[in-house]
Amino acid sequence: MRSPVFAALLLFATNALAIGPGQAELCFACHGRGGVSTTPLTPSLGGQPSFFVVAQLFLFRDNRRGNSAAAMVEIARGMSDDDLRAWGEFVSKLPPPAPPASPPDVTRVARARTLLEREHCAACHNPDFSGREQVPRLANQREDYLVKALRDYKSGARIGYGNAAMAEAVSGLADSELLDLAHFLAFFPAGAAQTNSSR
Amino acid sequence: MSRSSSFPKRLPLALAFCGLIVALSPAAAQQKEEEPFWAIGRPKTNADAMKMSPVPAFPVPTPADKLPIGKIKVPPGFKVEVWASNILDARGMRQGDKGTVFVSSLFVAGKIYAVTDKGGKREVKTIAEKLMLPNGIEFHKGSLYVATPKEITRYDDIEAKLDNPPKPVVVYDKLPGDVPHGWKFIKIGPDGKLYFPVGAPCNICDPDDRHAQIFRMNLDGTGVEPVVKGVRNTVGFDWHPKTKELWFGDNGRDWLSEDLPNCELNHVTKVGQHFGFPYCHQGSIADPQFGWGKSCDDFVKPALLLGAHAAPLGMRFYTGKMFPAKYRNAIFLTRHGPWNRTKKYAADVVAVFIDGKGNARMEPFLTGLVENNQYLGRPADVLVLKDGSLLVSDDHNGAIYRVSYGK
Repeated sequence: MRSPVFAALLLFATNALAIGPGQAELCFACHGRGGVSTTPLTPSLGGQPSFFVVAQLFLFRDNRRGNSAAAMVEIARGMSDDDLRAWGEFVSKLPPPAPPASPPDVTRVARARTLLEREHCAACHNPDFSGREQVPRLANQREDYLVKALRDYKSGARIGYGNAAMAEAVSGLADSELLDLAHFLAFFPAGAAQTNSSR
Repeated sequence: MSRSSSFPKRLPLALAFCGLIVALSPAAAQQKEEEPFWAIGRPKTNADAMKMSPVPAFPVPTPADKLPIGKIKVPPGFKVEVWASNILDARGMRQGDKGTVFVSSLFVAGKIYAVTDKGGKREVKTIAEKLMLPNGIEFHKGSLYVATPKEITRYDDIEAKLDNPPKPVVVYDKLPGDVPHGWKFIKIGPDGKLYFPVGAPCNICDPDDRHAQIFRMNLDGTGVEPVVKGVRNTVGFDWHPKTKELWFGDNGRDWLSEDLPNCELNHVTKVGQHFGFPYCHQGSIADPQFGWGKSCDDFVKPALLLGAHAAPLGMRFYTGKMFPAKYRNAIFLTRHGPWNRTKKYAADVVAVFIDGKGNARMEPFLTGLVENNQYLGRPADVLVLKDGSLLVSDDHNGAIYRVSYGK
């Protein structure tokens, strides 16, 4: 684990305003080719709002993202403000991940839709769950990562940037409800046509 | 690899507005079922209300060439320029005897900076970091006072030691330490005492006698006594240069409605006065929960209504000579702009003119930072420099602007 981290630090030290292919490879090693993650519990990056990426890197750099973030804390430590901006721009332009090829569980999708409506998730995350400003894109994120993030918000292991909105949003939800939400969002839009044909 | 620090890692980052800000108190972090304090009272069936939360500042300062300086409007004859940039989360400002401008910060940075002039260019140094919400600063006789929700400390002979700041001396460490409205604005009054507020530890609640007041104490931390009560969250106050009376801004409660209540500018004429919180807002509205059996007439009414959820922060009486005569002894007051309102406005500096009877009226002074219902910048404090020009901090962009008059 050490050597890629040191390589990353060396590259960041060049204070690049644009991200070169070699630097991006360091992200893709864990976050997947083109930012589409195939690594358990590691999020896909593509299509995240630039502000969100900068804010998260800022939190990593200041070691304010909890204990499970050790690798990112190490990587972000040497970044300058310009690096943060450059990575924010770079990641926001990566293509968003696609929905999984397999069909979703329609029962869970139906339960999640009710929850999303009741909890007003789209108010901040947008109706297509593409995110905005400091609010992340959720559509087609890895399901296991969504579960982890939701549980971390609920347990207090993770805080948001700005206003603890997520801690509040998930505080009244049961773990089974978090699982349903993650499932639906991973398969978004999990539309009527798709779900009908899957049964 | 763990960086040990006293910085509260659970503390969410965000800014204060008319109402609330954002953050979990340590207690709330343990009781995970609780809402963050700013969200309490939010009408959960309303999608527009559910969209609102305190607006976080940017996590990195805006580069100098991207600052919204071209958007800022000031009255004819005035000029505005970028004075300093790259100061993450720049909030409170005080000037030292040797000209150093000290700058505080809040949720995002947790730092204190010193800005010095090097041949017309500003140099920014971080002189303290990993502090808990260090919004309150004051400079007096060579020392910089720094106030967090927990304690007030002092950095002696600081201007001679900017590159190697001394360990701070504890002045007072018995503050309640709440996150909600616990951050401070501090200032030394004409009586030589240090004034500090302890805000309401909530959006709306009936606080105990340690909260919702402005206190004062001797500079050695002794003789703490209340000055006024019924103050929800003041983040700016100053004394009239002639009458020596205290004027303070107060941030009104959230979630009452889009257009109510107004934040207040208040005028203290007597020690012990009560300004209404939590029973009465803006001098005319009894609180729907705590106002029963109370009359607004039993409390001191505001001198001026500042706008719904407008979020008054730093303010200063203008005692400089550079600006036209009408501004002499007027107040320059920052309105950070609301989060608890779907239509954003303010994010400006207003000039407040006070007549001989204590009547106050305001007019816009520095504007232009709201566009497409979003903030391009957010003024947080003002400072009158020795040459009479006015500095305005912008925590959103991490910058300081300078307003001057004449050629």
